[in-house]
Amino acid sequence: MTFQPPVPPGPSSPVPALSLLGLAKRFGDKIAVDGISLDVPAGSFYGVVGPNGAGKTTTLSMATGLLRPDFGTALVHGVDVWQHPLEAKKLMGILPDGVRLFDRLSGEQLVTYAGLLRGMDREMVASRVAELLAALDLGNDAGTLVVDYSAGMTKKIALASALIHAPRLLVLDEPFESVDPISAANIRDILDRYVASGGTVIVSSHVMDLVQRMCDHVAVVAGGRVLAAGTVEEVRAGASLEDRFVQLVGGRNHTEGLEWLRTF
Amino acid sequence: MVAHLLRLKLTLLRNSVRRSPWQLVGLGIGALYALGVVGVLAAGLLVLRGQEIELAQTVVVLGGATALLGWAIIPVAVSAADMTLDPARFTTFAVPMPQLLAGLALGGLIGIPGIATSLVALATVGTWSRSLPAAGGAMAGAVLGVLSCVVLSKVVTTATAGLASSRRFKDISAVAFLIPLVLTGPIVAGIARGIAGSGDFLAGLAQTLSWTPAGAAFALGGELAAGNYAAAAVKFLIAVATLAGLGLAWKVLLQRALVTPPYAGTSKRRTGGAGLFRLLPATPSAAVAARSLYYWLRDPRYAGALVVVPLLPVLMLFQGSQSGFYGPFQFVGPLTAFLLAWSISTDVSYDSTAFALHVATGVRGADDRLGRALACLSFALPVVLIFSVGPFFFTGDWEKLPAVLGLALGVLFTGLGLASVISARYTVSVPLPGDSPFKKPPGNVAQTLAVQFGGMAVLMVLVAPEVALVAAQFITGSAVPGWITLVLGPVLGLALFATGVRAGGAWLDRRGPELLAQLAVNR
Repeated sequence: MTFQPPVPPGPSSPVPALSLLGLAKRFGDKIAVDGISLDVPAGSFYGVVGPNGAGKTTTLSMATGLLRPDFGTALVHGVDVWQHPLEAKKLMGILPDGVRLFDRLSGEQLVTYAGLLRGMDREMVASRVAELLAALDLGNDAGTLVVDYSAGMTKKIALASALIHAPRLLVLDEPFESVDPISAANIRDILDRYVASGGTVIVSSHVMDLVQRMCDHVAVVAGGRVLAAGTVEEVRAGASLEDRFVQLVGGRNHTEGLEWLRTF
Repeated sequence: MVAHLLRLKLTLLRNSVRRSPWQLVGLGIGALYALGVVGVLAAGLLVLRGQEIELAQTVVVLGGATALLGWAIIPVAVSAADMTLDPARFTTFAVPMPQLLAGLALGGLIGIPGIATSLVALATVGTWSRSLPAAGGAMAGAVLGVLSCVVLSKVVTTATAGLASSRRFKDISAVAFLIPLVLTGPIVAGIARGIAGSGDFLAGLAQTLSWTPAGAAFALGGELAAGNYAAAAVKFLIAVATLAGLGLAWKVLLQRALVTPPYAGTSKRRTGGAGLFRLLPATPSAAVAARSLYYWLRDPRYAGALVVVPLLPVLMLFQGSQSGFYGPFQFVGPLTAFLLAWSISTDVSYDSTAFALHVATGVRGADDRLGRALACLSFALPVVLIFSVGPFFFTGDWEKLPAVLGLALGVLFTGLGLASVISARYTVSVPLPGDSPFKKPPGNVAQTLAVQFGGMAVLMVLVAPEVALVAAQFITGSAVPGWITLVLGPVLGLALFATGVRAGGAWLDRRGPELLAQLAVNR
């Protein structure tokens, strides 16, 4: 593994919102993440795309303090996530993929809980919860237990829990999965306004169109490595992001055959 | 097609065993247990061969009716219906209905309950091997009876599938089922006394049941052995009609169920506002306590533990009244203290990956530990006090109260402190959120047992001073050790509680992500 020394941020280069240096993780025999280095500029809307099993979720978990990396460092606005976890976690809002929620709480209670766990005061939590639920079209279901929510509503309530403390960096793993188009548009509006006012958003997805439309930066990850990273224009190099992605990742099979499928 | 379905069932069974050797161990233990039960029942049925016809008939008919009842109730009550061959999975394959029904019914026999029931039913052929017609009748009765059991079970599970998939029903039935389970001892004792008192009643009941669908099939052998050919013919018709009727009901229900899949989201529970989060102080530890209290109330895995608690004194009082010796009953307070305190040793395991929220928000480990312990303490403390004092109103042995009270408080605080350390460090395999508390949990059984028993051994050591003092009072009869216990128990207990919360919290701060990774293995 090559370990690049961190480049000290000069006066011309502002501190990136998230800076990953040689992050690596192995599960048993399988190397899930193989030395990922990535700089996410502050104020960017950053997409992380990759095929299934590319290591996206593992990378984001290591970047957010949920999974300890075997090698490498992660800095959030210059704060080392693994040396100073409490300071780093204050700066981040996280929507992890594939974890449960405390789903025997009602939606309102869950978001309130997330706010109180972060040590926020009661009045601020209460007013923000009400606003968040309204903005995410969950106002009518605030009193329903999360266990009775649909998949899309569950995603939205988890997003609300990640937003409650007004973080400077949002890390969202598959935020649009099973969210209906109206809610997805609302969430995109919220995120766009958040980025416009100086926040940074990282989303992982495998919907290329969405990333191309929504993000200004993108990283293509496959096999635990970064294949390409930069602004969306740079990465797609004139082609559509989807074509460029397929070209970078490979693996399309152009087998002939299945002729019988056309014989009926 | 029927053979195909049976092969599918066997393949599924084999693959589930192949997934982990512990599955095989579990299956082996279950099989051994079933084999023991089957052996005893079959031996009993063979012994009945030499008894009077009327006695044998009563036992066989009542046993058959009980089996039928069990097949109808148990899968629903414990929400543990065997869904490996869920008919809904065959909707896209256009399997002809008769074949599907036959395959599913025979498939229901593959598995420990099916095989055990079949073996016991076949043993009735031994009971009635007094003449050829009797044995033949018993054989026909056994086949009809066992098939009725399986089909009845399918009818009930299909009919209640919509109900059973609603979360409210699952939550309530899982907890409600605990009550008869805990009270098995008194119930069995009561029934045994009833049987001893009224042998005639049972014979009459069996006689009546044998003319109904519940007992007709298993009555065939006995009627033929007694030479009642006309009665046997009628009962044979009743048994065949029962099976046919059940089959028809199942077919209709299944046809309807296949095109109207159960909808789980009908019974939404609403709660008003932030509730406890508003009532308790706005600090992280109080928020954790509020969250834990909601789980004690709303999660059947926790609520199950709570249902046992009020039954405990009932159980021990019953035992005391049976034997006239109230010794164990005096200690219901310390025992409850242990049960309640120990129940949070699996707290983080119960969270499963929802614990990620605690890691992501960076809540301090000590706040996490303290909140969980305080939630448990908020109801455990009054309950333990009441249970410690209560028994002395029955025994009147008041000079032992200080010792028992001191021991109970010592066990409660020490247990909470130790559990706070254990659940911060070790995960155990527990049923996943939303599963029935009875469902076999995934994961490493050996580690679970090691952690649980190791932890209990450590607890024994930690409360040894209190135990020794209590023993001293009981042996010497002097009241002094009792009063010392009353002081020492809470003081030592609270010191260990504070130590446990701090040590567990430090552990969480250091190793929160590792703990989360362990939890993610079993999700």
